[in-house]
Amino acid sequence: MIDIQLLHTSLSEQACLDFVKTDDTGGIVVFVGTVRNQTKGKSVIRLDFEAYEPMAISEMRKIAVQAVEQFSLKKISVHHRVGILGIGEAPVVIAVSSAHRKAAFDACEYVIDTLKETVPIWKKEVFEDGEVWVSATP
Amino acid sequence: MNLKVLCFGITRDIIGQFEYKLSLPSEATVADLKNQLSTQFPKFATLKSLRIALNEEYAEDAMTLKENDEIVLIPPVSGG
Repeated sequence: MIDIQLLHTSLSEQACLDFVKTDDTGGIVVFVGTVRNQTKGKSVIRLDFEAYEPMAISEMRKIAVQAVEQFSLKKISVHHRVGILGIGEAPVVIAVSSAHRKAAFDACEYVIDTLKETVPIWKKEVFEDGEVWVSATP
Repeated sequence: MNLKVLCFGITRDIIGQFEYKLSLPSEATVADLKNQLSTQFPKFATLKSLRIALNEEYAEDAMTLKENDEIVLIPPVSGG
Protein backbone atom coordinates (compact mmCIF):
# COMPACT_ATOMS: atom_id res chain seq x y z
CA MET A 1 0.00 0.00 0.00
CA ILE A 2 2.94 2.31 0.71
CA ASP A 3 6.01 2.61 -1.52
CA ILE A 4 8.86 4.80 -0.24
CA GLN A 5 12.18 5.06 -2.06
CA LEU A 6 15.27 7.22 -1.77
CA LEU A 7 17.22 6.87 -5.00
CA HIS A 8 20.56 7.93 -6.43
CA THR A 9 19.28 7.61 -10.01
CA SER A 10 16.65 9.32 -12.16
CA LEU A 11 13.07 9.01 -10.89
CA SER A 12 10.29 7.41 -12.90
CA GLU A 13 6.91 9.17 -12.75
CA GLN A 14 5.44 6.10 -14.44
CA ALA A 15 6.71 3.77 -11.72
CA CYS A 16 4.94 5.83 -9.03
CA LEU A 17 1.78 6.05 -11.11
CA ASP A 18 1.72 2.32 -11.82
CA PHE A 19 2.20 1.48 -8.13
CA VAL A 20 -0.89 3.37 -6.98
CA LYS A 21 -3.38 2.08 -9.57
CA THR A 22 -6.10 -0.14 -8.12
CA ASP A 23 -9.47 -1.28 -9.42
CA ASP A 24 -11.34 0.65 -6.73
CA THR A 25 -9.50 3.92 -7.42
CA GLY A 26 -11.54 6.86 -8.70
CA GLY A 27 -8.71 9.37 -9.00
CA ILE A 28 -4.93 9.54 -9.00
CA VAL A 29 -2.88 12.69 -8.38
CA VAL A 30 0.82 12.83 -9.20
CA PHE A 31 3.10 15.63 -8.03
CA VAL A 32 6.49 16.06 -9.69
CA GLY A 33 8.97 18.52 -8.22
CA THR A 34 11.46 19.82 -10.78
CA VAL A 35 14.68 21.82 -10.65
CA ARG A 36 14.07 25.44 -11.69
CA ASN A 37 16.62 27.44 -13.71
CA GLN A 38 16.61 30.48 -11.44
CA THR A 39 16.09 31.63 -7.84
CA LYS A 40 15.25 35.28 -7.16
CA GLY A 41 16.60 36.23 -10.58
CA LYS A 42 19.91 34.36 -10.19
CA SER A 43 20.70 31.61 -12.67
CA VAL A 44 20.94 28.17 -11.09
CA ILE A 45 23.43 25.73 -12.63
CA ARG A 46 22.46 22.65 -10.62
CA LEU A 47 21.20 21.45 -7.26
CA ASP A 48 23.09 19.10 -4.94
CA PHE A 49 20.80 16.99 -2.72
CA GLU A 50 21.92 15.01 0.30
CA ALA A 51 20.00 13.06 2.91
CA TYR A 52 20.41 11.43 6.29
CA GLU A 53 19.19 8.37 4.48
CA PRO A 54 17.75 5.98 7.11
CA MET A 55 15.85 8.77 8.83
CA ALA A 56 14.74 10.35 5.54
CA ILE A 57 13.13 7.04 4.62
CA SER A 58 11.51 6.59 8.03
CA GLU A 59 10.18 10.17 8.07
CA MET A 60 8.76 9.80 4.54
CA ARG A 61 7.09 6.59 5.66
CA LYS A 62 5.51 8.36 8.68
CA ILE A 63 4.06 11.00 6.37
CA ALA A 64 2.70 8.34 4.02
CA VAL A 65 1.11 6.38 6.88
CA GLN A 66 -0.54 9.56 8.17
CA ALA A 67 -1.77 10.50 4.65
CA VAL A 68 -3.28 7.07 4.04
CA GLU A 69 -5.20 7.30 7.31
CA GLN A 70 -6.21 10.96 7.11
CA PHE A 71 -7.35 10.94 3.46
CA SER A 72 -8.43 7.26 3.14
CA LEU A 73 -5.98 6.64 0.32
CA LYS A 74 -5.86 3.40 -1.60
CA LYS A 75 -2.13 3.58 -2.23
CA ILE A 76 0.75 6.03 -2.10
CA SER A 77 4.19 6.16 -3.68
CA VAL A 78 6.87 8.67 -2.68
CA HIS A 79 10.23 8.66 -4.46
CA HIS A 80 12.96 11.18 -3.62
CA ARG A 81 16.30 11.50 -5.33
CA VAL A 82 19.69 12.54 -3.93
CA GLY A 83 22.88 13.56 -5.70
CA ILE A 84 23.52 16.18 -8.37
CA LEU A 85 20.49 17.27 -10.41
CA GLY A 86 20.40 19.49 -13.47
CA ILE A 87 17.71 21.92 -14.61
CA GLY A 88 14.40 20.18 -15.33
CA GLU A 89 15.28 16.98 -13.48
CA ALA A 90 12.92 15.72 -10.77
CA PRO A 91 14.05 15.44 -7.15
CA VAL A 92 10.66 14.19 -5.97
CA VAL A 93 7.64 12.31 -7.32
CA ILE A 94 4.52 11.65 -5.25
CA ALA A 95 1.53 9.62 -6.48
CA VAL A 96 -1.63 8.95 -4.50
CA SER A 97 -4.84 7.12 -5.34
CA SER A 98 -8.23 7.38 -3.69
CA ALA A 99 -11.88 6.67 -4.37
CA HIS A 100 -12.60 10.36 -5.05
CA ARG A 101 -10.44 13.14 -6.50
CA LYS A 102 -10.63 15.69 -3.69
CA ALA A 103 -8.96 13.39 -1.19
CA ALA A 104 -6.21 12.67 -3.71
CA PHE A 105 -5.51 16.36 -4.37
CA ASP A 106 -5.53 17.17 -0.65
CA ALA A 107 -3.33 14.19 0.23
CA CYS A 108 -0.74 15.03 -2.40
CA GLU A 109 -0.47 18.60 -1.13
CA TYR A 110 -0.25 17.39 2.48
CA VAL A 111 2.57 14.98 1.63
CA ILE A 112 4.78 17.47 -0.25
CA ASP A 113 4.19 20.25 2.32
CA THR A 114 5.04 17.96 5.24
CA LEU A 115 8.01 16.40 3.45
CA LYS A 116 9.51 19.87 3.06
CA GLU A 117 9.19 20.46 6.82
CA THR A 118 10.28 17.21 8.42
CA VAL A 119 12.30 14.95 6.12
CA PRO A 120 16.09 15.27 6.64
CA ILE A 121 17.05 16.09 3.08
CA TRP A 122 19.03 19.19 2.11
CA LYS A 123 19.64 20.94 -1.17
CA LYS A 124 22.41 23.31 -2.14
CA GLU A 125 21.84 25.69 -5.03
CA VAL A 126 24.92 26.14 -7.19
CA PHE A 127 25.20 29.45 -9.09
CA GLU A 128 27.85 30.82 -11.49
CA ASP A 129 29.48 32.68 -8.62
CA GLY A 130 28.83 30.58 -5.53
CA GLU A 131 26.50 28.22 -3.74
CA VAL A 132 24.00 28.33 -0.92
CA TRP A 133 22.19 25.78 1.30
CA VAL A 134 18.51 26.46 0.65
CA SER A 135 16.50 27.82 3.63
CA ALA A 136 19.40 27.35 6.06
CA THR A 137 19.68 30.98 7.11
CA PRO A 138 17.10 33.83 7.19
CA MET B 1 31.57 11.04 27.98
CA ASN B 2 32.79 11.00 24.41
CA LEU B 3 30.26 11.65 21.69
CA LYS B 4 30.34 11.53 17.94
CA VAL B 5 28.08 13.84 15.98
CA LEU B 6 27.24 13.51 12.28
CA CYS B 7 26.89 16.80 10.43
CA PHE B 8 24.67 17.29 7.39
CA GLY B 9 24.06 20.26 5.09
CA ILE B 10 25.29 23.62 6.28
CA THR B 11 26.38 22.21 9.66
CA ARG B 12 29.13 20.25 7.89
CA ASP B 13 30.37 23.47 6.29
CA ILE B 14 30.32 25.28 9.65
CA ILE B 15 32.13 22.53 11.56
CA GLY B 16 34.37 21.59 8.66
CA GLN B 17 33.90 17.84 8.91
CA PHE B 18 31.18 15.20 8.68
CA GLU B 19 32.04 13.35 11.90
CA TYR B 20 32.70 15.63 14.82
CA LYS B 21 33.90 14.25 18.15
CA LEU B 22 33.36 16.08 21.42
CA SER B 23 33.22 15.44 25.13
CA LEU B 24 30.34 16.36 27.46
CA PRO B 25 29.61 15.51 31.12
CA SER B 26 27.63 12.31 31.56
CA GLU B 27 23.88 12.96 31.78
CA ALA B 28 24.30 15.87 29.35
CA THR B 29 21.14 16.72 27.40
CA VAL B 30 20.36 17.68 23.83
CA ALA B 31 20.17 21.31 25.01
CA ASP B 32 23.68 21.01 26.50
CA LEU B 33 24.98 19.74 23.18
CA LYS B 34 23.38 22.66 21.31
CA ASN B 35 24.90 25.13 23.80
CA GLN B 36 28.33 23.57 23.46
CA LEU B 37 28.14 23.73 19.66
CA SER B 38 26.96 27.36 19.66
CA THR B 39 29.80 28.34 21.95
CA GLN B 40 32.38 26.57 19.85
CA PHE B 41 30.94 27.58 16.47
CA PRO B 42 29.27 31.03 16.68
CA LYS B 43 27.93 30.62 13.12
CA PHE B 44 25.27 28.25 14.47
CA ALA B 45 23.48 31.40 15.66
CA THR B 46 22.85 32.33 12.00
CA LEU B 47 20.77 29.21 11.32
CA LYS B 48 16.97 29.42 11.14
CA SER B 49 16.79 26.31 13.32
CA LEU B 50 18.85 23.40 14.53
CA ARG B 51 17.28 20.09 15.46
CA ILE B 52 19.07 17.04 16.82
CA ALA B 53 18.22 13.49 15.86
CA LEU B 54 18.98 10.67 18.30
CA ASN B 55 18.98 7.20 16.76
CA GLU B 56 16.99 8.32 13.72
CA GLU B 57 14.27 10.21 15.60
CA TYR B 58 13.92 13.94 16.34
CA ALA B 59 14.94 14.58 19.96
CA GLU B 60 13.54 17.01 22.52
CA ASP B 61 15.94 19.44 24.24
CA ALA B 62 15.49 17.71 27.62
CA MET B 63 16.49 14.25 26.40
CA THR B 64 19.67 12.78 27.87
CA LEU B 65 22.53 11.75 25.61
CA LYS B 66 24.28 8.41 25.89
CA GLU B 67 27.73 7.53 24.63
CA ASN B 68 26.62 5.16 21.88
CA ASP B 69 23.72 7.24 20.57
CA GLU B 70 23.76 8.08 16.90
CA ILE B 71 23.65 11.88 17.13
CA VAL B 72 22.90 13.87 14.00
CA LEU B 73 22.69 17.62 13.43
CA ILE B 74 19.61 18.59 11.40
CA PRO B 75 19.77 22.17 10.10
CA PRO B 76 16.66 23.52 8.29
CA VAL B 77 15.61 20.83 5.82
CA SER B 78 14.96 21.63 2.15
CA GLY B 79 13.90 18.47 0.37
CA GLY B 80 11.35 18.31 -2.40
